[in-house]
Amino acid sequence: MSRRVLVLGGGTGGTLAANRLRRVLEPTDQVVVVDADNGHLYQPGFLFVPFGMASPSRLVRSRAGQLRQGVEFVESAVDRVDLDADTVVLADGTAISYDVLVVASGSRLLLDETEGLTGAGWGQRIHTFYSLPGAAVLGGALATFEGGRIAVNLVDLPVKCPVAPLEFCFLADWYLRRRGVRSRTQLTFVTPLDAAFTKASCNRTLSGLLGHKGVEVVTEFATAAVDGEKGRLVSYDEREVDFDMAVMVPLHGGAAYIERSAGLGDPLGFVPTDPATLQAKAKPNVFVIGDATDLRASKAGSVAHFEGEILVHNVRRFLAGEEPDARFDGHTNCFIETGFGRALLIDFNDDLDPVPGRFPGPVGLPLLKESRLNHFGKLAFEQLYWHAILPGREIPFIESAMPALGKRRQMAEEALEMVGGAR
Amino acid sequence: MTTKTLAGAQVALDDEGFFTDPDQWSEAMASEIARGEGIAGLTERHWQVIKFMRHEYDEKGAAPNVRALAKASGVPIKELYHLFPKGPAKLAAKIAGVPKPRGCI
Repeated sequence: MSRRVLVLGGGTGGTLAANRLRRVLEPTDQVVVVDADNGHLYQPGFLFVPFGMASPSRLVRSRAGQLRQGVEFVESAVDRVDLDADTVVLADGTAISYDVLVVASGSRLLLDETEGLTGAGWGQRIHTFYSLPGAAVLGGALATFEGGRIAVNLVDLPVKCPVAPLEFCFLADWYLRRRGVRSRTQLTFVTPLDAAFTKASCNRTLSGLLGHKGVEVVTEFATAAVDGEKGRLVSYDEREVDFDMAVMVPLHGGAAYIERSAGLGDPLGFVPTDPATLQAKAKPNVFVIGDATDLRASKAGSVAHFEGEILVHNVRRFLAGEEPDARFDGHTNCFIETGFGRALLIDFNDDLDPVPGRFPGPVGLPLLKESRLNHFGKLAFEQLYWHAILPGREIPFIESAMPALGKRRQMAEEALEMVGGAR
Repeated sequence: MTTKTLAGAQVALDDEGFFTDPDQWSEAMASEIARGEGIAGLTERHWQVIKFMRHEYDEKGAAPNVRALAKASGVPIKELYHLFPKGPAKLAAKIAGVPKPRGCI
C-alpha cells in the first residue's frame, strides 16, 4: 500500500528529514517536499557576509537539487493545513492529502512587529544580518563606517542561532580594528535577557570575552521601538540607547500558514511539539522538526540534524502502527566565532549545560574555549552541511544522543555553583 | 527554597520568590505579593492578566513569555509594562502563583 509523507519546508530540517525518510521507507511510499521557492540558503553563512568573509551568491543552492532521487519537490506556497481531513491546501487551492505530515517550515522574521524598525533609516542606519539581502547591505555600510555608536539589539527570543548576535559583536570588534576605526567606535550589545547569554555556564566565558573586547552590554532592555530619525532604541519601560548604526535581530515567528491552520500553532506561529517524540500535540500523524517547533532547544541547524534521526525513526514506527519510541534529548552543538580566526565550541542538551572538555571524545575539539581549530571547524562545517547533513548521512562520532565522554562535568558543576553563588 | 506566610497560609517559594506549588496559591494572596513587588493596588486590568496566567499554566503547564502573553490575553505589550513594570511575564507569574516562565536557549 502506498503511503504519502508530506514535508512542508525544504530548508535544513525538511531536506534532511525527506532524504532520510526516502532511504528507510518502502519504494512505493511517496515523499513530497513543498516550499514556496527553490532557493536553499546556507544560513550559518549570513554572519560572515557583513565582514566580507562570505559572498551572498555562494550561499544559495537549489532546494530540489539537495533532495534524493525519488523525493518529489513541489514549488508552491501553503495556504493551510486541515488537520481533520489530513490534507494540505496549497496557495492555488490544490489539496494534497497525507498519511504523515512533517512540519519543517522554520521561522520567519517579523520586522514589522517592532515599531519603526523598517521606517526611517532602514537599510541606511538600521540593519539586520538575519536575511541575506540585509547582510549584504550591512556589509556595504560597515565597509564605509567611520566611527560612532553601533548598537547590536536582540529584540526578543526565540531567534535562530541565539549565539549569532554575540558572534556579530566579536567579529565587528575584529573587523573594525582591522579597518582602524575601532577606537572611534562604541560597540554595545542590547539584550532583553538579564545576562549576555541564556545559559549560565557559558555566560562567564562569553561575558568575559565581551568585556575583553570592549563590548558594552545593556541588559533587560525590551525594545518597543526603533527611532531611525533620532538614532535611538526605546524600551517598553522608556529607557533609551543611542546609535549611529543599529544592527537588529528582529522578532521571529512561525510560517504564516500555521496561523491559518486551526489548532496547529501557538500564538507566535510555532507548533506545540512533544519534546521527546517530536509529534505535534495537535495530532499523532503530524511531526515537527527544526525551527518550526515550540521546543526550548535552540533554533539551530545542529538541533534539526539531531532531531532528524529521532523523527525518521518515529515516523517509520508510526506508519507501521507502532508507538514512536525514539526520544530527543535537546542535543545542541554550536561553534561560536570569536574573531581573530578563533572560535569556541559548545555542546549541551536539556539536562546538561555546556561544559569544558573535548568533543566528541577525549581527543577532539576543545569545548568552551577559544581555539583556532574550532574556527576551522566552523568553516569546514559548510561542506559538511551540503554533503553530509542535508543528504541525511550519519556523521562519524556525532550522534543524536549527546556524548558525555571527554566532558569535564564536575568542573562545570563547580563553575555553575560559583555563578549561582555570585548572583 | 523558602517558606512564607501569605494571607494566613504557609506557601513554598523558590529562590526568586516564585511558587513551587501553584495549588498553594489563592486570590487573597495576590495583592500581598504585588505590594512586595512595588505594585500598590491591583486593578481589574491586572486581574485580567493574572487570571489569564493561571489559565495558561493550567492548560499548558508553563507560564507564557511576554509576547505570547500579549498576543493571547489581548493586553498590548506596552500596557503590560505599565501594569507589571520591568518584566511583565515574570512579575505576573509571580503574583499569579505560578513558576517562572522558562526562557528559550
